Amino acid sequence: MSFINYSAREINCKIVFYGPGLCGKTTNLQYIYKKTNPDSKGKMISLATESERTLFFDFLPLALGNIKGFKVRFHLYTVPGQVFYDASRKLILKGVDGVVFVADSQAERMEADIESMENLRKNLHEQGYNLDQLPFVVQYNKRDLPSAVSVGELNQALNPKGVPFFEAIAPQGQGVFETLKEIAKQVILEIKKGG
Amino acid sequence: MYEEEFKQIDAELHRLHQQANAKVTFLVDKNGQLISAVGETENLDTTSLASLTAGNIAATGGMAKLLGEKDFSILFHEGERDNIHISLVGRVILVVIFDQRSSLGLVRLRVKKSVEILSQILQKILQKVDQAKAPSGAGGAAKEQPKSPFAEITEDDIDKLFG
Repeated sequence: MSFINYSAREINCKIVFYGPGLCGKTTNLQYIYKKTNPDSKGKMISLATESERTLFFDFLPLALGNIKGFKVRFHLYTVPGQVFYDASRKLILKGVDGVVFVADSQAERMEADIESMENLRKNLHEQGYNLDQLPFVVQYNKRDLPSAVSVGELNQALNPKGVPFFEAIAPQGQGVFETLKEIAKQVILEIKKGG
Repeated sequence: MYEEEFKQIDAELHRLHQQANAKVTFLVDKNGQLISAVGETENLDTTSLASLTAGNIAATGGMAKLLGEKDFSILFHEGERDNIHISLVGRVILVVIFDQRSSLGLVRLRVKKSVEILSQILQKILQKVDQAKAPSGAGGAAKEQPKSPFAEITEDDIDKLFG
């Protein structure tokens, strides 16, 4: 649930990047971190193993500006994608306002994508959320790789409800801000509804 | 968060900061959002600390469940210079950072008192929230419902955030 502090005039929203291992969740955050004005970002924190695999989460606070006199802050989190970190993933989903699912476009990762999507739905459900009612965006990452599956096929497998989706090449930043902007928009419109 | 209770929370954090001889005292919600911070916060990344505190509490909470415990209500991290004392107050987390000017015993003692007071304030907030939610027929509780400033957000406002 977004946290609105009327005294400090701040809105804080939590956005979680979900997806299978090595799909590029951390890379998304790193690119956002690299390209954001130093005044508007906090420190990026990565709790990773020595081999740079996410162990618990990455965290990046972003203060983008003001809406109606309220400072809007987004707290971006990634989950550890590897299957055996499921307990940690559940914890990070607590209090989420919006989810970005980062899918790996490569044919050989399709199964991992589907499994992770089911895992997301299940873990949200355990926390009392319904994925179909949350702000939700899908990103098809790694579009530059030779074995990338067509967007049509990916949509069929991962996005039957037709939520907004973006093609991305995260290390080059392609599609990264488009994804962020769409999820931010959905989250803020949700606050508008709730307010 | 209501203005009046927010001030009370802030006052309690100030009191604790002083009485426990702490460097910093702050309150975080379980999702990692900082509610209020008091003390030597200038060179401290309180946003990140808040998020990691919540992660920490969530992780130890997960461990507690595996052992059949409801929660671990107190965590303490000892460093060479600075120490962190973390305690659960219902749905929020109270954090005290202190150095050799204070001691664990003193911090624990003062925190215990503050937890009681903060619990009462938080209880009041919950009651207010419930009242605000109650149908307007119930004693006219909704009469002071302020108009939400967010009702008129437009897509333009959102676009502007991204320059």
